[in-house]
Amino acid sequence: MKVVRDTWLVYARAMKLNIKQPVWLIVMLVQPIYFLFLFAPLLEPMDGMPGFENGAMETFVPGLIIMMALFGSAFVGFGLIAELRQGVIERMRVTPVSRTALMLGRTLSTVTTTLFQALALVLLAALTGRLDVYWPGVGLMLLIVLLTAFMLAAVSLGLAIILKSEDAMAPVINTLVQPIMLISGIMLPMIMAPSWLQNVAEFNPFYYAVQASRELFAGNIDSPFVWQAPVILGALTILLVWWATRKFARAVA
Amino acid sequence: MLIETKGLKKTFKSRGKSVEAVRGVDLAVKEGEIFGLLGPNGAGKTTTMRILSTLIEPTEGAATVCGHDLAKEAAKVRRDIGYVGQHGGTWGEVTAREELVLQGRLYDMSKRRSQERAAEVLESFQLAEYADRNVKTYSGGQKRRLDIALGIMHEPKLLFLDEPTTGLDPQSRAHMWDEVRALRDRGTAVFLTTHYLDEADALCDRLAIIDHGEIVVEGTPNALKRQVAGDVVAIGVNGAPEGALALLRGKDFVREAEAGEPDPATGIALLRLYVDDGAAAVPELLRALDAEDIAPASIELHRPSLDDVFLKQTGRSLREEK
Ligand SMILES: Nc1ncnc2c1ncn2[C@@H]1O[C@H](COP(=O)(O)OP(=O)(O)OP(=O)(O)O)[C@@H](O)[C@H]1O
Ligand SMILES: [Mg+2]
Repeated sequence: MKVVRDTWLVYARAMKLNIKQPVWLIVMLVQPIYFLFLFAPLLEPMDGMPGFENGAMETFVPGLIIMMALFGSAFVGFGLIAELRQGVIERMRVTPVSRTALMLGRTLSTVTTTLFQALALVLLAALTGRLDVYWPGVGLMLLIVLLTAFMLAAVSLGLAIILKSEDAMAPVINTLVQPIMLISGIMLPMIMAPSWLQNVAEFNPFYYAVQASRELFAGNIDSPFVWQAPVILGALTILLVWWATRKFARAVA
Repeated sequence: MLIETKGLKKTFKSRGKSVEAVRGVDLAVKEGEIFGLLGPNGAGKTTTMRILSTLIEPTEGAATVCGHDLAKEAAKVRRDIGYVGQHGGTWGEVTAREELVLQGRLYDMSKRRSQERAAEVLESFQLAEYADRNVKTYSGGQKRRLDIALGIMHEPKLLFLDEPTTGLDPQSRAHMWDEVRALRDRGTAVFLTTHYLDEADALCDRLAIIDHGEIVVEGTPNALKRQVAGDVVAIGVNGAPEGALALLRGKDFVREAEAGEPDPATGIALLRLYVDDGAAAVPELLRALDAEDIAPASIELHRPSLDDVFLKQTGRSLREEK
């Protein structure tokens, strides 16, 4: 099918660009590594306390992985703005290439790099020997990472098409991502929050992503979060990918 | 006809203000010709070209491109055209070969076919030597050649070139002209924009002059120049030109006369006189000026140029715009 073939072509180009700039793949890992070594030890005395029943590290590391997926993909729009400015997108839009593929190919390349980074982080955390990992759960957790990256990359690309400038994009992304991150319970579990904040968090799809990751990491497969997260994220991903694709098709760039 | 447009209009709306970039363009481009759209900055050249290449929709009007209706059959139009934007379409850490092969594949070529065609195109645009180097290391001329190579990977019937030679040195420009002519000779029609008078004159089989979003005139360069009857005499005078202008306008062999503002640096103002027979007119003009004690700073006789065409139609010179 044309969409599949074109998506593959756009994806391959984006991946080639990623591989030619390996520094970025590592830079995206630096922040979580700092958190792992310089912040996580602060939580160790919390082991077994409310919110940390699965263990301090076992609670923190899955959240950290979702955070990385969040930040890694929310900023891909910046690369698109550079390409818009250089006429690369315009050049492709006059070819018969599928408009959906232009968007999907790029999004999927971000998903791929994010999955690699997530895996690297899990391995690194496991190597520290300070946490127990339930490996079958990690597989499912990667699905949640995939959906998170897919969704945010699409949002970021759609916004890039609308805003067309890095200067406009940076504040919008920051305003969006910071609160999402804070009320998802990534740094500290939401159970420690006052009840009004907990209520707000229940409307944050990434709260479910973080909770589900924690349960999977600990092997609590029958927790309701484990099915809630993929359903919520999946529905949102479909919606937002559809939205971003439309933006791509009609973009006046 | 390869392109036929009827009353194309495009109004941009941004922040409550609206800009009428194109206001009623009617054009016809024939198979196998080099057609030029000549106009000053902001005239609407790029906007017209982006409408015709399916990148933006016109606010009003209709067009057929390569026999397909622009509004209803955009996908078919895309297969038949190539488009090279004003600022190119490549960047950064990709090589010319990679981009060319991808371009071919976006037009549904097989990988093998696309690789062969890329090698061919690299050769004919003298890019083979740099083919596997990152585009960001290219010189302006090399990059421009790659832009055009990308536009013709799929051997389109019609190639759009937005200012193909802007920013090139004279030698690269001459090369580019040869490339464009070679494309035409192989049967590709070329629709290009330019704000260079000599380029429009030397390269285009036919051209249209556009100003403020409207086509002012259309025709072959020679036919357009013939519209400006006879010869042009340009006389430089010191100071305010009004006196000399009134005097020379009074002569019955002067068909039309115009004066520019005095140049701030030299204080010399340029008078342009359109006369039937330049050689006979010059001595008469000198005598008339002498009788009034006006000493001309310079005098020049030439055949009408496209600038004279533009000047006659719009009252402004294209040269002064730059
Ligand atoms: N996306 C846009 N939004 C608002 N105004 C626009 C847009 N694109 C073009 N314009 C305006 O439309 C007019 C025509 O622009 P256009 O780019 O077509 O001119 P041009 O003839 O190609 O000029 P140049 O020689 O400088 O390339 C200009 O006044 C320009 O500012
Ligand atoms: Mg332009």
